[in-house]
Amino acid sequence: MNETVALVALAAALTAAVARWRWAPDWAVAALGAVIVVAVGALSFHGARTALGRLGPTVGFLAALLVLADGCRRAGVFDALGQLMAAGSRGRPRRLLAMVFLAAAGTTAVLSLDATIVLLTPIVFATAARLPTSPRPHVYACSHLANSGSLLLPVSNLTNLLAFAACGVSFTRFAALMVLPWLVALAIEWVVLTRVFADDLRGTATGVEFGPADEERPQLPRFALTVVALTLAGFAVSSALGVAPVWFAAAGAVALTVQQPPESVRSLVGSAEPMFLVFVLGLGVVVSAAGVNGLSSVVDSLLPHGSALPALLAVAFISAALANLVNNLPATLIVVAVVSASAPGAVLAMLIGVNVGPNLTYVGSLATLLWRRIVHAHDEDVDMGQFLKLGALTVPATLVAATVALWLALQVV
Amino acid sequence: MRALIWITEASWQACLDQARGLLPADAEVTILHVAASDVEGLADHPAPGRLGRHRPPPPGPTVRQIGEEEARALLEAAARRYGRGAQTVARRGRIEREVIDAADGLPADVLVLAREGVPRREPKSIGHFARFVVDHAGCPVLLVWGQTPPGPEAMRWPPHLR
Repeated sequence: MNETVALVALAAALTAAVARWRWAPDWAVAALGAVIVVAVGALSFHGARTALGRLGPTVGFLAALLVLADGCRRAGVFDALGQLMAAGSRGRPRRLLAMVFLAAAGTTAVLSLDATIVLLTPIVFATAARLPTSPRPHVYACSHLANSGSLLLPVSNLTNLLAFAACGVSFTRFAALMVLPWLVALAIEWVVLTRVFADDLRGTATGVEFGPADEERPQLPRFALTVVALTLAGFAVSSALGVAPVWFAAAGAVALTVQQPPESVRSLVGSAEPMFLVFVLGLGVVVSAAGVNGLSSVVDSLLPHGSALPALLAVAFISAALANLVNNLPATLIVVAVVSASAPGAVLAMLIGVNVGPNLTYVGSLATLLWRRIVHAHDEDVDMGQFLKLGALTVPATLVAATVALWLALQVV
Repeated sequence: MRALIWITEASWQACLDQARGLLPADAEVTILHVAASDVEGLADHPAPGRLGRHRPPPPGPTVRQIGEEEARALLEAAARRYGRGAQTVARRGRIEREVIDAADGLPADVLVLAREGVPRREPKSIGHFARFVVDHAGCPVLLVWGQTPPGPEAMRWPPHLR
């Protein structure tokens, strides 16, 4: 009975998130599900408090990062990146793609994938269109690197934050273990994208009249960049100082908010995506309930244990499959509860799976894909064939190569 | 004679220069640019699978507005470069279909487009979209170089055909 209630609450939250009903917003369904699983006793009150206590700081960390990224937007960081990319490309589409790789990988790593998706991609589109060159390879690069470029730091992806909170490694050790997998993932994306879009990347754009004039030197928003650099430095020394990294993120967010006041209080609150934070908390409680009622033991029996290479590869592939079945956020919540007990290797292999895996389907999961088929909400504006082809070319190769790189890093770091 | 010249960001200048040299001076010329709706859609929603995120886009022009503005600027520059009072048309959608539709709609007596590719004798010197247009156009197609034509001296046979 308890098992059924928990699984129904989980299915309802995921369905609401995918279907986006106006009358039943996902955050409300997730929160209601959390209340119901506790009310019927599928999860004890103490269990719910533990789950919320564990997720609370992570959700706060995410909110601070989102506010920090929006402060960077207001300070003009992304506009300056656009100008730097245009200047650095010297009119060559291939060089522009290299610049886009640097910008997207850097933005994703430091300010999280949300910043790349919401704030950087429109700038990249405009930069390419103004060169002028076909925006196609550059926009696809942003879309892919938002996922595969999010391996480096705990702050690069919400999945990383959840795993970071659970696996108990320091910020710097996380980065040291993931730098090689991250570089391998970027290299594979580069090779595949430059080949698939070779037609779009030839030659030199000669319509310089569209770009900003040469004498127009990009104005770097020094204050915002300094705040971001100091925040990163704070993350790096956090474990040595014994201060949780979330406080450095909060300090950075406050500094940028004071120096670059938001358009309105509403836009400040909106930039932290409060409804999404509620959704994550609700989903966390519901997954906890499903976990104690049998889901954890099922996943535990599926996943191999240990830090040997075959075990890590299996964890990465199973996590990627799960991410593609139910989306990577619930996949992370389900798997991290099981693997966090073992060595950090398994947790990081899981992250490779859930972060790179979503590139396989444009919509992020099979569930979303099926739903869109059912309601005929086709993304007529998106070339699914192109996206699936890129996914098939990059995802399996990246899962293998990045996991091997992680295994190597685990031997030396 | 009604001519439709389909330009792309990569090759618009060379395409127009060659078209001007080859088309009669009194040809009624329309210059076409097509914005790829799939790329704009992806730029607007690069990862719709991010469960639970419904953040509105940041203030400022939308991707579509930026695309339209840049297309207009490109077409204006193209009309100036061609001279002879050429008309311009901006379309948005699946590139290859839109080009065929535009040619059928005029209807065009000739469709001018540029091949991609490097100045070598090799297969696949015509890009995916141009290939579709060549295969499906209902009127004669004039295929020009996407850069200054290399001339026969610069063209080499690939090793297996030498």
